[in-house]
Amino acid sequence: MHIVVCVKQVPDSREIRIDPNTNTLVRQGVPAIVNYYDLHGLEEALRFKDEQGAEVTVISMGPPSADKALKQCVSMGADRAILISDRAFAGADTLATSYVVSKTVEKVAQEFGPVDVVFCGKQTLDGDTGQVGPGVACRLDYEQLTYVEKVVEINDQAKTITVHRHLEDGVEVVKTKMPVLITALSELNKPRRASLPGVINASRYKPIVWTTNDFADLDRAKIGLKGSPTIVSKTWVPEPRKIDTKMIASGEAAAIASELVAALWSTELPTRLGW
Amino acid sequence: MAEQQNDKRGAGKVQPVPEQDFSDYAGLMVIVEQRAGVAKKVSWQLLGEAKRMADKINAPVYALVMGHNVRHLADEAISRGADKVYLCDSPVLEQYRTRPYSRVSLDVIRTYKPEIVLVGATYTGRDLAGAIATHLPTGLTADCTQLDVDENRVLHASRPAFSEKMLATILCKQYKPQMATARPGVFLELAADSTRKGEVVSVSSPMSEAEVVTEVLDFLELTDRINMEDHEVIVAGGKGLGNAEGFKLLQELADALGGVVGASRAVVDMKWIDHDHQVGQTGSTVRAKLYFAIGISGAVQHVVGMQNCDVIVAINNDPEAPIFKVSHYGIVGDLYNVVPAIIKAVKEKRGLPFAANTANG
Amino acid sequence: MATERFDAIIVGAGPAGSAAAYTMAKAGLKVVMIERGEFAGAKNIFGGVLYRKQLEDVIPEFWQEAPVERRVVEQRMWLLGKDSVVTMGHRNEAFKEPTNAWTGLRVKFDQWFASKAEQAGSLNIYETVATELIREGDRVVGVRTDREDGDLYANVVVVADGVNSLLGQQLGIHREWNPDQVSLAVKEVIALPKEKILDRFNLEGDEGVTTEFIGQLGGMMGLGFLYTNQETVSFGVGVMVNDLKRTKIRPYELIENVKQHPVLRKLLQGGESKEYAAHLIPEGGLHAVPPLSGNGWVVCGDAAQLVNFVHREGTNLAMTSGLYAAEAIIEAHARGDFGKQALSGYDRRVRESFIHKDLKKYQGLHGLLKEIDSNLFDKLPEALNSAAFQMLMIDGVSKAEKQKMAIKALREAAGGTANLIKLGLKGWRAMNG
Ligand SMILES: Cc1cc2nc3c(=O)[nH]c(=O)nc-3n(C[C@H](O)[C@H](O)[C@H](O)COP(=O)(O)OP(=O)(O)OC[C@H]3O[C@@H](n4cnc5c(N)ncnc54)[C@H](O)[C@@H]3O)c2cc1C
Ligand SMILES: Cc1cc2nc3c(=O)[nH]c(=O)nc-3n(C[C@H](O)[C@H](O)[C@H](O)COP(=O)(O)OP(=O)(O)OC[C@H]3O[C@@H](n4cnc5c(N)ncnc54)[C@H](O)[C@@H]3O)c2cc1C
Ligand SMILES: Nc1ncnc2c1ncn2[C@@H]1O[C@H](COP(=O)(O)O)[C@@H](O)[C@H]1O
Repeated sequence: MHIVVCVKQVPDSREIRIDPNTNTLVRQGVPAIVNYYDLHGLEEALRFKDEQGAEVTVISMGPPSADKALKQCVSMGADRAILISDRAFAGADTLATSYVVSKTVEKVAQEFGPVDVVFCGKQTLDGDTGQVGPGVACRLDYEQLTYVEKVVEINDQAKTITVHRHLEDGVEVVKTKMPVLITALSELNKPRRASLPGVINASRYKPIVWTTNDFADLDRAKIGLKGSPTIVSKTWVPEPRKIDTKMIASGEAAAIASELVAALWSTELPTRLGW
Repeated sequence: MAEQQNDKRGAGKVQPVPEQDFSDYAGLMVIVEQRAGVAKKVSWQLLGEAKRMADKINAPVYALVMGHNVRHLADEAISRGADKVYLCDSPVLEQYRTRPYSRVSLDVIRTYKPEIVLVGATYTGRDLAGAIATHLPTGLTADCTQLDVDENRVLHASRPAFSEKMLATILCKQYKPQMATARPGVFLELAADSTRKGEVVSVSSPMSEAEVVTEVLDFLELTDRINMEDHEVIVAGGKGLGNAEGFKLLQELADALGGVVGASRAVVDMKWIDHDHQVGQTGSTVRAKLYFAIGISGAVQHVVGMQNCDVIVAINNDPEAPIFKVSHYGIVGDLYNVVPAIIKAVKEKRGLPFAANTANG
Repeated sequence: MATERFDAIIVGAGPAGSAAAYTMAKAGLKVVMIERGEFAGAKNIFGGVLYRKQLEDVIPEFWQEAPVERRVVEQRMWLLGKDSVVTMGHRNEAFKEPTNAWTGLRVKFDQWFASKAEQAGSLNIYETVATELIREGDRVVGVRTDREDGDLYANVVVVADGVNSLLGQQLGIHREWNPDQVSLAVKEVIALPKEKILDRFNLEGDEGVTTEFIGQLGGMMGLGFLYTNQETVSFGVGVMVNDLKRTKIRPYELIENVKQHPVLRKLLQGGESKEYAAHLIPEGGLHAVPPLSGNGWVVCGDAAQLVNFVHREGTNLAMTSGLYAAEAIIEAHARGDFGKQALSGYDRRVRESFIHKDLKKYQGLHGLLKEIDSNLFDKLPEALNSAAFQMLMIDGVSKAEKQKMAIKALREAAGGTANLIKLGLKGWRAMNG
């Protein structure tokens, strides 16, 4: 069994602020973290490795500094980490990203053995699209199982996999054939904390780095900015909706309540809601 | 393993496309999502928005309906604004699976060439749109909350970025169709108008069951999983409740108003209530007619999910709480003091009975 | 893997730990540094003055690359009255070359310093808490961490885990704090546009100013500070923990109240609060400094109570103690002996250095402060302010009369002439004796 986990290093969005004077993002000093959902994919791969034995390769397309994210994955127990890094990849949208990531999975399969399962996160905290996973699956012609909240069974002999997909109104139990690409939800598991030997091992580990030159058949028209059909035409900070708040601030609870009820009943609400 | 099967597998590997001429692409298409013959609300919301944009550039509105025994949805799509509906009614589409659904979609898009394709940003919609866009290939903007089209028929798809702190407008000028998934609960559907006329074009599924390797074994409907977007009155509680028990009180208010309870992420994280109730950036975006925010501070990630409700009432003991800025009515006070009184007043007003064990104050 | 041994384990990547790790790694020792924060400095705060001399001893010309904020050219001391201030200060171009001190922010500085250690060869491990010392007999042979398979072994453990030293407690060299022996500092970093900072504080380029003030701290014994950084100012107060308990004022309220002082308010106006944090400062002084080394261990920096709170010096003492500890360990390494005797070279270095001398100089102060009524910290500055006001106000009262009134006010504030004189003498002795 060979499992590939796709991870992305993202700025910790909780820490990103908007500069109120310039209306621009303050990214300075914002720590980079491994995309939260990707860690759930990794954990699932590692659990499978612990229980049945598997080789786990993590891949990430990003700047050289993303090797920190890969090292974190190695500290948790990944066997191998590959950083796909090249200026030419910069500015990629999901279409161009899924192209490079799929090419990487193909190359990983060639060099380190056929791939049975690819894990992606449900979505990234920065790109936030959830499109790269399906894109990679399509390009590799793998089956795709998105928004997986539970892996019920992986049958390494029959090469089948059964999962629970999370939908708005319920859970779908789906079975398919490997190779398969799964996008992971946080409900899937709780990512482990690396052991101390794991951390020490990772801090000495050097991820494999591939640039455009390492790929035999990369179509340069499909990577980076050039390969990205979408362009960001503008960004802005939304004006908060202007509302005249009526404060019902003082008085006994009963008085407040009757004032509110009177106010609500003076609107169209009772008719529209059939009260 | 996989290699030998490739040819058998549905959509097949993505092929490089030669330079294309897109001049004959026209119209806006909405892919209608349904389960068991019932359409998702977001589909009609998108049709409403597509119609608005279509009127602006004088273009037709198409709907693509896929499923098994779903003819009635084609009619409904017309009543909701579609001029023409492509209908693929086939047993292989009984349940949603990526390959057969994307094959039909690709065939229809390639044949009928809509200029803009909109899909609901639901789990299924995102799954499908991601696959279609890759195969076409074209640009896809995810999770939009604002859509517009300019005189050059360029789609301006705007979506939140960086934890909702900003909005970004994204264009796709060089490829067609221009694709976007859009959030449920954001756009307004047109009221169903059965007098509207439209054409239904039947298309067949290029894939047969034998070619599909994915099986849906079961669907576990979660009766307690509620869809916040579907409700008109939401009584949401936050960390100010102090404990999970507090939701009982809110449920009582929700019952009195004919609504459901919602929640901030803080309380979902603490497992006081299930994630399905969460409103906000990582929960649902709601457009309720009445929204109570009780013991919720009003963090931007929460506000983006509820700010479009018609009437918002906030109850918070901190007069500085940011939630008041987005509320129509603000009550400064201890919720355990105020809410029972409101329950009582509402019940009196509506002539509802008081339960014996009700905490009324 | 589990049997991998290091020459030294350093616990805590503060100034003390990083100085020790850097020095030992550079000398070729195999060292590992454990830090509980997500990165070095993640949760560390200090007022904000970094001194040149001691860091230069560790890394020559560090200022070429270290993330420092502004060169301190002026130090101000303010005595706050209710709506007034009596100011003192010293500004001197000579503070620039060589620079005497910089303002700084720990988040950046500690990260840089720890990365220097890493570049020198130290294995830095973050998000890992040292939970206990591993001993064989009376010898410390390693530390246990909170990670799985988390034991680490080394010839010597450098305890540099700061003021609340957990490991120090286990060594029995760290007493439980009494509320009157420790002060709590609360600090806010407030963003202001650079031009405003230059303007309001009368600065040019990378010049900076430090301001320390007393008075108006709600009747508490303590000190406030305001330091200029590049595009922020560091603002905070440090008060005795027992005073906080007594007055029941919450630290945040305290800092908010102080901010309202008219003089401070104008300096901070329009600023946006970026971080807020609280931290303990040991006020121990020389008598609280424990033995600094033992069988297989040394203790540095705040963990060893090495702070000079009168001059808000701490990082420099921490770095120097880290450096000395490293040098002693390098010697011990060369001899292959890490026993109590072998490591005592560290104690000796500290004893012969400025650290010991400075701490000794102020050793009486702690006792003095214990005796003084906390209220004096408000009353005396207030009396001084009103004296100044009286002297400067031209209202027809004779100067001699005014002087009398001023002295009377001061005397009353101190609780009688005898007290005032006693206080003055004691203070003098504490600072100079
Ligand atoms: C990436 C990201 C995504 C997020 N997504 C979401 C999301 O989808 N939805 C969401 O809600 N949040 C989301 N958050 C979290 C959000 O930032 C806030 O942390 C959260 O909304 C706070 O919840 P709260 O208002 O319940 O709690 P608090 O902020 O703690 O507020 C509690 C409020 O209750 C008031 N209160 C206390 N006691 C009483 C009383 N007795 N009576 C009346 N009032 C009282 C307090 O004054 C306070 O205003 C997200 C955060 C991040 C970083
Ligand atoms: C408000 C304030 C203002 C100050 N102003 C100044 C000033 O202007 N100039 C000055 O020179 N000094 C100042 N000081 C003093 C100075 O900050 C300290 O003396 C100095 O930081 C001590 O360094 P250290 O390395 O010994 O400890 P610390 O800087 O406290 O570092 C200890 C490190 O150990 C880590 N740690 C703790 N326990 C564990 C554990 N169990 N496992 C793993 N890691 C652990 C901590 O996370 C921390 O990173 C000030 C202090 C305060 C609180
Ligand atoms: N640059 C990248 N390198 C590797 N994997 C990625 C990259 N970008 C996205 N992914 C994967 O695709 C998932 C969805 O990303 P997104 O479509 O950007 O929301 C992520 O959770 C990752 O698993």
